[in-house]
Amino acid sequence: MKFLSEYRDPALVEQYLQELHRITTKPWTLMEICGGQTHSLVKNGLLDLLPKQITMVHGPGCPVCVTSTGVIDEAIWLSEQPNTILCSFGDMLRVPGSSKSLLQAKADGADVRILYSPLEAVSLAKENPGKEVVFFAVGFETTAPANALSVVQAHKQGVINYSILASHVLVPPAMEAILSDKDNRIDAFLAAGHVCTIMGMEEYYPIAEKYKTPIVVTGFEPVDLLQGILMAVQQLEAGVYKVENQYTRYVQREGNRMAMETINEVFATSDRVWRGIGPIPQSGYEVNKAYEAYNARKKFTIGITPVQENPACISGDIMKGLKKPGQCPHFGKACTPEHPLGAPMVSSEGACAAYYHYATAPELESA
Amino acid sequence: MCLAIPGKILSITQQLNDTFRFGKVSFGGVCKEVNLCMVPAAKEGDYVLVHVGVAIGIVDEAEAKQTFYYLEKMGETSELH
Ligand code: SF4
Repeated sequence: MKFLSEYRDPALVEQYLQELHRITTKPWTLMEICGGQTHSLVKNGLLDLLPKQITMVHGPGCPVCVTSTGVIDEAIWLSEQPNTILCSFGDMLRVPGSSKSLLQAKADGADVRILYSPLEAVSLAKENPGKEVVFFAVGFETTAPANALSVVQAHKQGVINYSILASHVLVPPAMEAILSDKDNRIDAFLAAGHVCTIMGMEEYYPIAEKYKTPIVVTGFEPVDLLQGILMAVQQLEAGVYKVENQYTRYVQREGNRMAMETINEVFATSDRVWRGIGPIPQSGYEVNKAYEAYNARKKFTIGITPVQENPACISGDIMKGLKKPGQCPHFGKACTPEHPLGAPMVSSEGACAAYYHYATAPELESA
Repeated sequence: MCLAIPGKILSITQQLNDTFRFGKVSFGGVCKEVNLCMVPAAKEGDYVLVHVGVAIGIVDEAEAKQTFYYLEKMGETSELH
């Protein structure tokens, strides 16, 4: 696809880097929110090429990393009920819960299925009228419309043996939690492009204003990322803080109206616990009252006891931008992708796994 | 999982009602059935951004070209320094 290859063109990347080196005069710390962006930055070796004064820290935008142990335990509990099929995106299966992962539950005999889309789960429910089909609906705003759509579709088609375990998380409240942390060191944000494809940019103006922090909505290809970083550094060097849009080919200021309507039809905002970070008020979506019949938490009486997260894992500090993966004493030793101690080592979009697979020695030593 | 990738709409395959629309979308030659509910304006030949089986946005080609235009401009100006 010509379209994609242009965004990976080394000559274009080189031009942005030159400009960035030319304009950067002071040390700046930037956070990219999204794990997909983290992955792209590390995998394409861009971190090593940035001016020394620019530090990229890696935000909480990876659902695999921030879904709390308690919610993983709920999913495992559901998967172990008789006559129940628990469906999930593949990435969630290896995340450690308090005593095991979904993958281990599956090995122990639970009917756990990996699906590409929640809409497939509705079809599965139709094909298996004698079973309860539960979809483990994790994700940020990008994934919320598809998960909501599955509920609307089940409702319209009269599928009653379908429900979702909603564990959605939202970007703006997490940004505010990071910026208001007493140790915050973020000078500017790259906001997650695809989240803004859905939600638009309106939510970010008050945040940029309140915390005097530039926010640049940015895409995922090397050219996008460097352009986003350049736009943020231009603002920082000029002493301004605006919301800007690098990802204009997919993001409009007003977002996708249809998608937002679908979200609002099915979900309501709710408090949510973020793994490693803790509870953040009104930072998630839960199935609303009108669609309660499709809410697995209402349909089943989930019996789990709340547990502590693994205290060895410093993922919270990493996702708040206070530490880098190389600073975790367990990184690459007790904690590896084969034996993850914490969630950011599981998905390739988690900062720890991205560093484990792709980071160079100087990147690993950077703080 | 968060991955959203652009693909080209080859054909509209199903139109159940105003909102439930499906299409055949090609991702560099690999074809998939995609739900088009969220992109009512999308038509055959358009590029859409697809995430977990649902198209969430139409690509704005003019805007895409703008990115490369900036780059060209920057190339010229940085030579002056
Ligand atoms: S290396 Fe492992 S233990 Fe350390 S922060 Fe990352 S996931 Fe947690």
